[in-house]
Amino acid sequence: MDETLADLVACEDALTFVNAAVTATGQREFHDDAWRQVLSLGFLHDYTRENYRHLYAAALALGVNDHNATLIIRNLLVHAAAVDADRRRAEGRLIARRLELLPAQRVYKLFGELRRLGVNNRRTRAIMRDWLAARPDPAFDAVKYRGRLKVAARHAHLRLRGETGDFLFAPTARKRFETPMFESWRRAHHEQAAIYDLPYTVAEGFAAKHGVPRAAFLERVEHRMTRLERLRLQENARARKVEAIRERADLPGMGLTRLATYALSLKLDDRAARRAELTRALRTAALRAAGEQAGRWGAVAAVLDDSYSATGSAQKRRRPLAVALACHHLLEALAAPGRYTAHWTSGRGDALLLYPFGPTPLGTRILDALDTGPDRLVIVSDGWDNAPPGLAAEVLRVWRTRLDPGRRVTVTHLNPVYDAEGFDVRRLAPTVPTAGIRDAEDLPVLVELARFAEGRAGLAELTAYLDARVARFLEQP
Amino acid sequence: MNPLDLDLSGLTTRPAQVWGSVRLVPLVRDEPVPHLRLHRRATNDAPSVVDVGDGTAYVSFVPHAFVATWEGDQLPAASYGTRLLERDIPEAPPRMPIRTVRRMARRIDKNRLRFLPLHLAVEGYLALHFNGPDVLWEEWSQRAVRNGLSPRAEEAYCGAWVSGLEDALRIFEIHPGQCGVMIYVADALAGAFAVPHPDDYRELHPTLVEDLYGETVYHYALLTLHNDLSVPLDATAVRSLADLRAQAGARWREWAAFHDEVMAGGLFDPDGSLEDVQYLKGFTLKRFLPSFTPRRENHIGEVIVGEDGRVAYLKSFRLSEAQIRRGYLITRLAANDWRLSDAAADLGTDEASLALRLERAGFGHLLRQDVLDHHRARARKGTGTG
Repeated sequence: MDETLADLVACEDALTFVNAAVTATGQREFHDDAWRQVLSLGFLHDYTRENYRHLYAAALALGVNDHNATLIIRNLLVHAAAVDADRRRAEGRLIARRLELLPAQRVYKLFGELRRLGVNNRRTRAIMRDWLAARPDPAFDAVKYRGRLKVAARHAHLRLRGETGDFLFAPTARKRFETPMFESWRRAHHEQAAIYDLPYTVAEGFAAKHGVPRAAFLERVEHRMTRLERLRLQENARARKVEAIRERADLPGMGLTRLATYALSLKLDDRAARRAELTRALRTAALRAAGEQAGRWGAVAAVLDDSYSATGSAQKRRRPLAVALACHHLLEALAAPGRYTAHWTSGRGDALLLYPFGPTPLGTRILDALDTGPDRLVIVSDGWDNAPPGLAAEVLRVWRTRLDPGRRVTVTHLNPVYDAEGFDVRRLAPTVPTAGIRDAEDLPVLVELARFAEGRAGLAELTAYLDARVARFLEQP
Repeated sequence: MNPLDLDLSGLTTRPAQVWGSVRLVPLVRDEPVPHLRLHRRATNDAPSVVDVGDGTAYVSFVPHAFVATWEGDQLPAASYGTRLLERDIPEAPPRMPIRTVRRMARRIDKNRLRFLPLHLAVEGYLALHFNGPDVLWEEWSQRAVRNGLSPRAEEAYCGAWVSGLEDALRIFEIHPGQCGVMIYVADALAGAFAVPHPDDYRELHPTLVEDLYGETVYHYALLTLHNDLSVPLDATAVRSLADLRAQAGARWREWAAFHDEVMAGGLFDPDGSLEDVQYLKGFTLKRFLPSFTPRRENHIGEVIVGEDGRVAYLKSFRLSEAQIRRGYLITRLAANDWRLSDAAADLGTDEASLALRLERAGFGHLLRQDVLDHHRARARKGTGTG
């Protein structure tokens, strides 16, 4: 092996950036304010883009979160001149593929940002044009994202077909529109009944204008809601006794982490009353996320952090706890039947009735978990081990050196919180690989990636792994 | 057992949480102290204060410098000295009305639980400990609110100004059963705080940031703390998981012992004094004073002690060097029945220089204006001719 120091550094930098790009959202966290997060993340983006351009673009294929994906795309386009045409073409493919996966509002926001930065070259315009051409329902987009689309159309010199141009730029020029969605929008200005043919967010504005009572509005607009809007408005509708939204909510069809967030947003009494429904939904989602790996992980012990710091912040309310809860269900599905044990830091046993509380005695809980003789130990925590501080690191160190030198037990630490000061997620111990986690669904992939952080696999392997991931990412339908 | 004879045995030390230069050490009780709770007014009449229902008469306490609007009062008032009150009597403790100055009003939220957020409380504290007349504090504090502090007077800092303290308290993870905390800034003990019941603690925890800290603490907070006090486990002694657990447990106990003996060792001064202030239904309110020895830790504070001699309530304030000197001056004055001449003789100086020293120490208001003017004129003349 001719591993050089530079290779080791590159490997470490790469993982640092991926960890950050998976977890950080530039929002307030429990320990940091938003400004520090943005500043720290901004530096990391610049550093990685400048030094490891290849990796920086490849990160788009690695399940980084949407916030960082838009940042990467923006930065690649802003600094396109720095690389040659081949590289630009490769980046273009990654960008186009990632844009398809992004929620539309984020893409429109990104276009607005590109306009603000004055990035307007042929390639950027082509990317925007291709993305817009591939939208499934342009009329729907034109109504829902009217302002944003206007900006994008101007910036990309788009030739708008049919009535869209008039709809965006001269809506009063026509007496009536042929496109039903545009016509509903025109009528909604003076006719209440027409608002229920519009996208939910647009209808909401018209409802306020017409003074429609909220309950009546929710009842009738229900069929226009997206799945996520329906989930988001569950409790709003319940308070107003609108049954339709509740009945059509597809809880088991939701993503695991989203579902966990929803469950934790409920009051304790509600959670207890709906225990069967919520547990079933969480288990179904977990099994789906586990896929073909379900039941294959052998004996699994999890140490899950439900300490006070799992509160997150006003912007990311209970996010760390939701990730832990989702991991709890996913690990249960991955473990061999009956071979899963969960150890919450607070010592509580009922996962559904959790709320952030108390200190973080990770060291003691890791001992409890190791006592069960697992094949895998997964720790989900923000890494602020404080009762007492540093005990977890010591326990893991002594365990590795004295009791398990042969590495019989795989230990992985997953951290849902980006630490602005460290430019990475907080680690527990040098001997234990730490990976950032945003959605519990990514857990199997992250555990795979974490082995690079142990320092036993080199840069060549990492590059090969990344190339394989990029290839798979571009192939996917 | 410490020299002041205060028994902290009900409180167990738990591992500290560090943020910046602030180290917070939680104190946990296995059982809350029975029959003593924070006054209802302090908890906003919240029903969270549960009556046990067995008809036991509860005693409640109101902490010093605690701001609330009492019945029959128009303005919010700060309690003057900690008080024990009968549970269900709506009687208000001795208090001082707070005239809301705009500067202060910023933080005032009508019925919120809080402490008096200015230097006033400390001065009150000092006056209180030396049985100075109540009026003094009010007069002094009104003047201070009106004119600001004389630059000569040393300052106490509201916790919100102590760098990092606000964040440290915000992100602190309260232990189950936690009834108290010891606050260290750059590993110097800034204050100790303990209450009888975990719910009371939860209620008061956020107010610690509005509490008062000496000037030393403010400056220490600008230092950064890097030392991790944890001791590595002894790997060679570990042969099984049980050994590892035993090692971890031992480290936990070592920390508690180290903290209680070394870090918190200076809280109660062996040469200090303790004075009983009030007695009610088995609880005694006491005040303790240090020996005012310069260049070492000097803490003043109040405790409520139960019948079994264990501390139910504790609050301390660390004096700055200047405050220690002032405290020393006042002890001498108080020991000589507040007679300037006797005190001067005691200190081996003359009356005039003692008067000027008092003024320099910021205690000019203790002296009648004409007396002060007289000494001042003499001093000027003295320097003029000499």
